[in-house]
Amino acid sequence: MNLHEYQAREILRRHAIPVPEGEVVTTPAAAKAAAQRLGGRVVVKAQVHAGGRGKAGGVKLAQDPAEAEAVAGTILGMTIKGLPVQKVLVVPAADIASESYVGIIVDRGTQRPVLMVSAAGGIDIEEVAAQTPEKIHRLAVDPRYGLLAHQALALGFALYADVAQARAAADIMQKLYRAAYDVGASLAEINPLVTTPEGKVVALDAKIVVDDNELDRRPEVAALRDTAGEAPSEVQAREAGLTFIKLEGSVGCCVNGAGLAMATMDLVKYYGGSPANFLDIGGSSNPQKVVNALKIITSDPAVRAILFNIFGGITRCDDVANGIVQATAQFPLTVPIVIRLTGTNEQEAVRILTTAGFSALTDMDEAVKQAVAAAGRAA
Amino acid sequence: MSIFVNGDTRLLVQGITGRDGSFHAKQMLAYGTRIVAGVTPGKGGQTFEGTVPVFNTVAEAVGATHANASVIYVPAAFAASAIFEAADAGLPLIVCITEGVPVLDMTKVMPFVRERGARLIGPNCPGLISPGEAKVGIIPGNICAPGNIGVVSRSGTLTYEIIHQLTTNGYGQSSCVGIGGDPIIGTNFIDCLTAFEADPKTTAVVLIGEIGGADEQHAAAYVKTKMQKPVVGFIAGQTAPPGRRMGHAGAIISGAGATAADKMQALEEAGISVMKRPADVVPLLRTRLGIT
Repeated sequence: MNLHEYQAREILRRHAIPVPEGEVVTTPAAAKAAAQRLGGRVVVKAQVHAGGRGKAGGVKLAQDPAEAEAVAGTILGMTIKGLPVQKVLVVPAADIASESYVGIIVDRGTQRPVLMVSAAGGIDIEEVAAQTPEKIHRLAVDPRYGLLAHQALALGFALYADVAQARAAADIMQKLYRAAYDVGASLAEINPLVTTPEGKVVALDAKIVVDDNELDRRPEVAALRDTAGEAPSEVQAREAGLTFIKLEGSVGCCVNGAGLAMATMDLVKYYGGSPANFLDIGGSSNPQKVVNALKIITSDPAVRAILFNIFGGITRCDDVANGIVQATAQFPLTVPIVIRLTGTNEQEAVRILTTAGFSALTDMDEAVKQAVAAAGRAA
Repeated sequence: MSIFVNGDTRLLVQGITGRDGSFHAKQMLAYGTRIVAGVTPGKGGQTFEGTVPVFNTVAEAVGATHANASVIYVPAAFAASAIFEAADAGLPLIVCITEGVPVLDMTKVMPFVRERGARLIGPNCPGLISPGEAKVGIIPGNICAPGNIGVVSRSGTLTYEIIHQLTTNGYGQSSCVGIGGDPIIGTNFIDCLTAFEADPKTTAVVLIGEIGGADEQHAAAYVKTKMQKPVVGFIAGQTAPPGRRMGHAGAIISGAGATAADKMQALEEAGISVMKRPADVVPLLRTRLGIT
């Protein structure tokens, strides 16, 4: 789960990392008032879950409160990468002497949290990694001891020659490390970490991505979710216990298991179609889950055919069959449906489906071919 | 022969009285797996299915039954603790089926497991099966058959699909290992490829990968330099958009090399025959094994 910048800043602030003042507002008038409180000259920043806000015009400098109001009015009406901007963060325009990068990411290779710092901050760190990898310093932290003071200080000196600044940066790194574990972050970064003309080290912008698997045990973090910034179908699916990602195609897919769901989408493409979604109904399916899945798939007007691909293991094919029959009794389908199921209780499933007037296939390739053809005919 | 589990495996089930644990313990017993103990704190002294003694702690269970492997079905919030406990009790093989284990928990689990000299498989995996010998986890036994093909996969049901293709076409398996779909897992492709290369029964290996990370690239480099046996590969997620987690916590295209196309190319360059779709597995194996 991605946090907004203002939420990430608040987490840093709670961990005693120096962060400039700032206010989150939802109207131009409130932006003006915030600018007045913050000294007049401010930066207004769109709060959306999309990269490249600046390039899209979602971050703007305002010289005075009146301009802040005007700029906020523009930004609050914008849509960035399909997401409407509903909140802006107003911060004082800072004078900056230097910009650095500090980030913590869980690294798959070392299986440890890795601290990355670079004196080339303020820009996309992936660009730095691609073009000048020597400018990034890395340290794989032993999670049993955490980020030790001397390790943090060595990284601090990689950013600043001045010992006071190096110590300040080291202190921020240790606090960021603790913050990452406290909120269950798979990524926590400060970009840029700046020095002010007076020599202070301050976190100007922050990004935190929380591991979805942490949310059950951290309700206070889960409460930060901004469902307004997500596709409604994805919110609906999550609340129904399904994993769903909307795509651009016309074949609605309903599969059990993430790997098989991806392979099914790939096979749709292989046979010349295009998948409308990724949908994993999960392991221990019950008929209601299937009903919910069909509701979500059929609410997408781009869907021209529906494809079920179920390999029964823990998932019982008869549960899925019952779900399909129940769902279509509640809301009749307006597009063709192709059903493939094999594995646990397959014969019972076929009996249920044929009794209700559906046909069922056992071969994955055949089912995908039929679904692609059906979507083509319906288009 | 087989890898990691066989007829000598003396299995302990952590969470044996839970909903998932009891269901799958029954399935494993029915398959013929030797389950020697179960563990559920507070239920010590009970007996599961009339034959399996239940203990309060893993250490007690190991002391009383000489179990040499554990399979974990506890809820995600307790999974890391269950792995710590199994490793602490000296079990050399720990299989964690549980899905949804926080990755930061795994950063603490892994150094501990390594220090104790244990092998962890998973988490978030279907476990493994050596057909005809032992089933540890949730892979349906009825779709497998004893034979000579090794299968290693990051996926669950996709693995079943490919095992099903193998079995129905007369290709049994030496062992099938689901290594799990999370970013931090205890056993990777190379660990399994090394074991299959050393296993006299295995004649060829099927490797099933997906988007995210670089484990397939590392596996490809290993196959190119260290393996004699033929390998056939599949990568799921060719149509996955970047930046979106495709179900598995580890299946996300972020950074260089994480796309399906990158991985398929790496496999091809290492001499691995790459399937375009699951149904290609048998024809490609036939070619690689010189069967016409």
